[in-house]
Amino acid sequence: MGDVQETDLPGIGKRFDFETSSGARVGVIVHRTGRRDLLLYSRDDPDSCQTVLALSDADVLTLVEILGGSRITAHLTAVQQEIEGLAIDWIDVDDSSRWAGKTLAEAAVHTRTGVSIVAIMRADETVPAPAADTELLPGDRVVAVGTPQGLSQLAQELSGT
Amino acid sequence: MGHDPIEVERVLVELGAVVIGLAVLARLADRIALSPIPLYLLAGLLFGTGGIAAPDFSEEFIELGAEIGVILLLLTLGLEYTADELRTSLRGGVPGGLADLAANATPGALAAVLLGWDAKGVLLLAGVTYISSSGIVSKLLRDLGRLGNRETPTVLSLLVVEDLAMAVYLPITSVVLAGGGADRALRSVLGALALLAVVLYLALRRGQVLSRLLAARSNEALLLGVMGVTLLVAGIAQRMNVSAAVGAFLVGIALSGTVQQRASSLIEPLRDLFAALFFLFFGLQIDPGDLLSSLPAAVVLAVVTAVTKVLVGSWAAGRAGVGPRGRMRAGTALIARGEFSIVIAGLGTAAGVEPEIGSLAAAYVLLLAAGGPVVARSADGLADLWARRRRGGRPARR
Repeated sequence: MGDVQETDLPGIGKRFDFETSSGARVGVIVHRTGRRDLLLYSRDDPDSCQTVLALSDADVLTLVEILGGSRITAHLTAVQQEIEGLAIDWIDVDDSSRWAGKTLAEAAVHTRTGVSIVAIMRADETVPAPAADTELLPGDRVVAVGTPQGLSQLAQELSGT
Repeated sequence: MGHDPIEVERVLVELGAVVIGLAVLARLADRIALSPIPLYLLAGLLFGTGGIAAPDFSEEFIELGAEIGVILLLLTLGLEYTADELRTSLRGGVPGGLADLAANATPGALAAVLLGWDAKGVLLLAGVTYISSSGIVSKLLRDLGRLGNRETPTVLSLLVVEDLAMAVYLPITSVVLAGGGADRALRSVLGALALLAVVLYLALRRGQVLSRLLAARSNEALLLGVMGVTLLVAGIAQRMNVSAAVGAFLVGIALSGTVQQRASSLIEPLRDLFAALFFLFFGLQIDPGDLLSSLPAAVVLAVVTAVTKVLVGSWAAGRAGVGPRGRMRAGTALIARGEFSIVIAGLGTAAGVEPEIGSLAAAYVLLLAAGGPVVARSADGLADLWARRRRGGRPARR
């Protein structure tokens, strides 16, 4: 996280600004009314800026979701780390997979591949430590722990190829 | 009430027509990207005493209208800043504020001496030239998209300090104007200072007290509570010779926390309406003939105090590490004078101090409220011009 500077704007609200990794200076004014202005500072005159976007509360939520969402995805793919032969991975369940719609017990994932499914992420919920009768639904993302070989076998099965 | 019903009808119709006229002016000002304040003043001048088409408003009606307008305007001006903002600006903004006071009150005071006015006139005109219009300046910064600029916190903190300075200046001035012997005046000043101390203590240290008294779940109750307290305090202040408007301003400052936030967001849309009515009513009371005769003095004063504001703003921004263009932007943004200058002049006319102060202040505010934003718009060009001239003058430096 970059170094964010906070400045009071009496009568208006607060200003936050930071430098992006490419060297651009970006600012946000949070108005007392809840409106936010996204600013880009000029390179010739670092004291002046241009308002790039004026955002309402709803716009801010949308933007945060988009920006934050992709950041989480990037984060997740990067996290596939191996600890002495043990790996963790996030695998999407495709609707062409033969296990889509089946319970974990029916898929017998652990028995066949040695991989444990430790959580299932759905659109609006997360099922931690799913029980054997939990169904795998198309669109689910499972969090699985096991050997790299076991994980790639499971990934193949769940992607339906 | 002893009013003739036909009279009420006519006043309402005429007032309605005038307010519609103001709406047209506000649109026009928006179209040509100018502050509407000079237009409101002009409208008042044209339709008022000695103007082209004076509507038949009774004197009491104009006086009462101006009084209510100024009370509500000053309440909203007092509500503008949170206690936190007052506190932090007071901590960091004192050197800038003092320079601002010295550079901009002095020309007014000198001008009053040159015009041969007495001490009260000097005190008033010093205030008129000192105070920038926070309304015009913050609208200008918004319109020009300069809110995020690095010089803007400096500009805003100067405005906050000026606002606080008004909290001291207005009560003292109004009791001085009320006059009486030196003994009585001293006692009134001490009374005003005590009142002010209570208000600032409430605002800065005990913000919860008043807020808890007024906090109500419904907006309606909150608004009525704030209005009630304002009118009450305004009346008491008037009794104590500290003008009603000043009392309302102090109420605005004393409110803090959530009540301040909610009240200001509820009243803010009305602020511009109050301001428009206030400028109109002030203009109505001034004869355009007097305005013309005050014009030369007003022009000189406007030019001098525009330069002093630019110097102070640019110096303060320089202290905050802002570059040459930003310094020019900070200085020029502060040129505009407006509501407070008129309020101060209004105190003078109400107390019957110098008959000329009303017309001089009106001409002065007309010039700077219209001219300030125009200069501020071309600040970057001015800064470049200035830099080129300096470089041209001293080629060896670069």
